Amino acid sequence: MNLMEKLEILTDAAKYDVACTSSGVNRPGMPGKLGNAVKAGICHSFAADGRCISLLKVLMSNDCAFDCSYCVNRVSQDVKRASFTPEELCRLTIEFYRRNYIEGLFLSSAVVKNPDYTCELMLQTLRMLREKENFWGYVHVKAIPGADPVLTEKLGFYADRMSVNIELPSQKSLKLLAPQKSKEKILAPMGQIRDGIKENATDIVRYKAAPRFVPAGQSTQMIIGATPESDWQILNLTEGLYKKYSLKRVFFSAYMPVVEHRNLPAKTTPPPLLREHRLYQADWLLRFYGFEAREILDDDHPDFDPALDPKCNWAVHHMECFPIEVNRAPYEMLLRVPGIGVKSAMRIRSARRCAQLDFDGLKKLGVVLKRARYFITCKGKSISPLPMDNPAVIAGAIRERGFSQTPIGAPEQLSLFDPTPRDKVQCLTGQI
Amino acid sequence: MIMQIIYRYDGSFPGFLCCVAQCFFDKSLPAGIEPLDEPQATLFPLREVETDPALAARLERSITGRISRQAWGMVQQGFLTCMEEKEMRLLRFILLGYKVGPQVVRLSTNRDVHAMDKALLYLKNEAHYHVEFLRFTDYGEFLGAVITPNNTVLPLIAPHFCERFNTENFMIYEKTHQMGFLHQRGGRREFFQADSIQFPELLQEEKGFRALWRAYYETAAVEGRVNPKLRRGHMPMRYWPNMTEFQKD
Repeated sequence: MNLMEKLEILTDAAKYDVACTSSGVNRPGMPGKLGNAVKAGICHSFAADGRCISLLKVLMSNDCAFDCSYCVNRVSQDVKRASFTPEELCRLTIEFYRRNYIEGLFLSSAVVKNPDYTCELMLQTLRMLREKENFWGYVHVKAIPGADPVLTEKLGFYADRMSVNIELPSQKSLKLLAPQKSKEKILAPMGQIRDGIKENATDIVRYKAAPRFVPAGQSTQMIIGATPESDWQILNLTEGLYKKYSLKRVFFSAYMPVVEHRNLPAKTTPPPLLREHRLYQADWLLRFYGFEAREILDDDHPDFDPALDPKCNWAVHHMECFPIEVNRAPYEMLLRVPGIGVKSAMRIRSARRCAQLDFDGLKKLGVVLKRARYFITCKGKSISPLPMDNPAVIAGAIRERGFSQTPIGAPEQLSLFDPTPRDKVQCLTGQI
Repeated sequence: MIMQIIYRYDGSFPGFLCCVAQCFFDKSLPAGIEPLDEPQATLFPLREVETDPALAARLERSITGRISRQAWGMVQQGFLTCMEEKEMRLLRFILLGYKVGPQVVRLSTNRDVHAMDKALLYLKNEAHYHVEFLRFTDYGEFLGAVITPNNTVLPLIAPHFCERFNTENFMIYEKTHQMGFLHQRGGRREFFQADSIQFPELLQEEKGFRALWRAYYETAAVEGRVNPKLRRGHMPMRYWPNMTEFQKD
């Protein structure tokens, strides 16, 4: 099998992994070494699906010993199998990197033979890349659940970011779809990496030359829509992961029906892309806007409104906080106005120190007023074109277009009185 | 009173600074400032302003001292942008700076400062696009890349590539402004002017890696999620012709 075929098979097998970020670590270039790393990360291309291509995202091998029913590479599936040798993978990475195609390597793997063997293979590749090829760019590596902690630790010293996929949002689903994985097995390496990072932080203070352990932190991902969890459960889990395991990112991937199985949605189900989008919006609110999960959803509202994003939804349910005065409101409140993001809020904060802001000024700062106008005043004046006393009116005005609204029922004869249930039944039968 | 006169300068940054100084000597605003190579499109009287490096240096000291270092940085970068009538905008920005002091950089609701902010943002964004989408081709001896930006981004992106590819010989050629940058392993680096550049033939090995990259690019997309509009939003089609993914050998 030539390199081209291998690359195609192993890219195809890895593409459902969402995380492709190269962020989180600033590593200045070093004379004699190829590459550097930039804290914000750099995307180098965008695939036809609009997702960024930042790293060379491939599997080491797709020859898996496990049988997770949602996965294309499970042992019982009839697919072409291929494996890279460490040399091939190093060559590809270096040559792509030199041409500015990629930011580094994203190395994942199916479980070849057993977790330890797989880990050894990946370790060999990373060692060669860092020590022999003097590669100084970004490396993201997947920890393999069930592998020896010593191997995971060694991987962590070569990689910038590590991730363990939590796969499914609850233990019950995990048992159903991925019988060889369990919550404990997945969380064990996650905890180990967290502790390693913490310990390393103190080492670095003490010894300047201490090797860095997973400097860009760890991330995880889960599949949305393959199992019946509600958005509220998922968001709660996400918040827990950020708090307990100090993760840098939690990724969501809308389930693509690639395999037929009795425990899975039918192959014709479209991927829940809107739901995934809403989850990411909520994730941003958690990380950058100072929201808490229970402010966004709760037991009474366990799912996102498909037509209203979570921030707008929060705002129309808390109209008592609005309108706020742009020239005086605290930064935290500016962030909560629909239509004002981190950038706009910071621009407002810096511009209002020098001059009183009016709506024209806001426009010049690049603040989009389409939704914000219902929630703010400038110098005490509002430009809301609608009366502000009914939140439902505001909600209707800032609703996203393009999604079907509540389904419209069959047209009916207007009547002075509301039709009683009995009327409806009579209408159906045609008797009066 | 505004004297209806047009300054013409040699198109360089020190030359522009001399125009600013000239405006002070004349004690009035010109009607426009144009580079010498621009075809004459007005009946206003012209004045050629000579470039005097000493005078330019004096202006730099004056702007950094009396306005601020940040304002000086904005003027420097503003000169690299493709803003409409950039010289006049910059001139008015500097005058405003002398009037109000360091806070000029934050008067983002002022007409000229707003235009500057927008142009600088465009410059910065375009520079970042080139950090992302610039593609090198390995010609054996060196790596070569051609870019066609609207703003002069080369001075902004060169340091990034020097740091990242310190082990490589490379050259970036900015076709729009006929300007290039050369970096040699070991640290020698320089900007140069060239009307056009002839690159050697592609090597067999290079063709192989280009094909591999194209195959990777095609495979990495998930069919069920194809979204051309999103892709165009992140990666404007203007930059596609220079990218390996969309080229055919």
